[in-house]
Amino acid sequence: MTWLRLAFANLRAAPLTSLVNAALLALGTASIVLLLLIGEQFSSTLARDARGIDLVVGAKGSPVQLVLSSVYHADVPTGNIVKAEADRWAADPRVAHAVPLSLGDSYRGFRIVGTTTDYPALYAAQLASGRYWATPMEAVAGAAAAREAGLFQDGRFAGAHGLVEGGHAHAGQPYRIVGVLQPTGTVLDRLILTSLDSVWNLHGEHESAHDDHEHDHDQNPEDKHDHGEAHQPDHADAHDDAREITAMLIRYASPLAATTLPRQINAESQLQAAAPAFEVTRLLNLVGLGLDGLRAFAGVLILTAGFSVFAALYGALKARRYDLAMLRCLGATRTELLWSLLLEGLMLAALGAALGLALGHGAMELIGRWLATSRGVSATGWIWLPTESWLLLGLLVVGVLAAALPAWQAYRADVARTLAG
Amino acid sequence: MTVLQIDNLGFSYQQRAILRLDGLTLNKGETCAVIGPSGCGKTTLLYLIAGLLQPAQGSVAVCGQRLDALDASACDRFRGHHLGIVFQRLHLLPALDVLENLLLAQRLARVSPDAKDARRLLDALGVGAFARARPAQLSQGQAQRVAIARALVHRPVLLLADEPTSSLDDDNAERAIDLLQMQARAVGAALLVVTHDRRVRGRLAREVQLEPPA
Repeated sequence: MTWLRLAFANLRAAPLTSLVNAALLALGTASIVLLLLIGEQFSSTLARDARGIDLVVGAKGSPVQLVLSSVYHADVPTGNIVKAEADRWAADPRVAHAVPLSLGDSYRGFRIVGTTTDYPALYAAQLASGRYWATPMEAVAGAAAAREAGLFQDGRFAGAHGLVEGGHAHAGQPYRIVGVLQPTGTVLDRLILTSLDSVWNLHGEHESAHDDHEHDHDQNPEDKHDHGEAHQPDHADAHDDAREITAMLIRYASPLAATTLPRQINAESQLQAAAPAFEVTRLLNLVGLGLDGLRAFAGVLILTAGFSVFAALYGALKARRYDLAMLRCLGATRTELLWSLLLEGLMLAALGAALGLALGHGAMELIGRWLATSRGVSATGWIWLPTESWLLLGLLVVGVLAAALPAWQAYRADVARTLAG
Repeated sequence: MTVLQIDNLGFSYQQRAILRLDGLTLNKGETCAVIGPSGCGKTTLLYLIAGLLQPAQGSVAVCGQRLDALDASACDRFRGHHLGIVFQRLHLLPALDVLENLLLAQRLARVSPDAKDARRLLDALGVGAFARARPAQLSQGQAQRVAIARALVHRPVLLLADEPTSSLDDDNAERAIDLLQMQARAVGAALLVVTHDRRVRGRLAREVQLEPPA
């Protein structure tokens, strides 16, 4: 207690030096904390979006692009594939579950995804209101898409060709929102889901007869189930060979499938198979290089702060050597003097660490809020990563090391000679 | 009770004899001035009594305890508890205020801190109003009174003062010696003043003349 108070008094006696050193430590700490938090939440977001998807089957091209476009909806698709061919692989015994995706249109920057209800089921999505689509041109909006693009229950909108804003609008064939999803914290929140039929409809693969069907549905919404059942076989019979999708999301029946299925698909068909886990790891390694660089930079910042603390304590030692000798005269032991100086380094480090942690987490929370409103990505500053405990420990070690030499000199100092000098 | 017992004391530094004192005994409450010219080893004597230097020959005992028989930490603790020292340069800790300086001295002396007692002592020395002032805000005279208070606040058995008057004018020199005597008596401490200042002559009960060693 005595020494804690004295160490604090000594730091307070040189407020500018102490604050500058604490600020240096805090900046380095905050940078590392922020990078840790971003990296962690980035990769956990990626993992969440790829949950339950072991393999993506799509058109040949870049496997990263295939995964980005069909799992994360962040890139343009590699192309389209014939549904019948994808279905053949979906029927393979090594496949437990297959979800077709058809991309191509968007509304105000939100992608319209033709799929089945298995797709929202992947993310355990729940309807906030309404129901899933039953007939073509019915759509269900993800939570963020609904909120930001103003897609309310029973609202109508016209999809635009292309995945970015400003494409040619399919004004003649508007969608109707029949349901809105609850937020899932995944990429699903930013999508507009509809049936595969809707997408095929819009892209001219369907004859006008379907439009008639549609009108029928609109007039008899209660009968949707019957119509749907009656509908599907028609399509299958008539267009089995022609219809295309963009990708098929596959879950393996057993982990063993990973060793044979992707290779077989890539070798024996015109399709490409890419494993999200593998591609994401590859991608993260690339991004990780950048993050590592930044982290090293922040580490240098902390090291600089450590040297600065050292310089401050060492410089002050000369002025304080009489004080230290006097402490010995008053009854302090060598060991106590050693601790008192280490304590000063430790207190500075603790102050810097506390400021840095607060700063880093606060900044992450602000970024998280901005991301939530602008990108629909959920990220928060109010989490504690195990790595941060190590960072804290490392900072305290820096504080102790910075004080080590001055403390040792105080320990070694000869009182009589100091006082005589 | 014998507070200080010095026998046949000698100290040399790098083969050169610095101090020679055949003997000196100080009992509880006694006052003594050790007077001698510069270079006769007065300050060295003080360091030897405080256990900050080890005698080359002879012995120093405080309350029957030879300090050179203690290990370093025990010696530091013994010194803090039994002795009070007022140096010529006062070395008040600049980061602490006056009262904190006194409380720290109590803690380092391993007596329980007593702010009331510390304030009473400051009052008795006429610097009670400066309890919350920083040492840098005090005049030289005030700072010396605070240093005397700090040396006595843990009620030591022996108060050592090194040249307490050398930087003071006649009036203040006289007052400083009076204060040292009065306050040492108040806490029951023996007082040993080492000085070359002839003005101290005749003011303390006993005087020892220290000669430079041959």
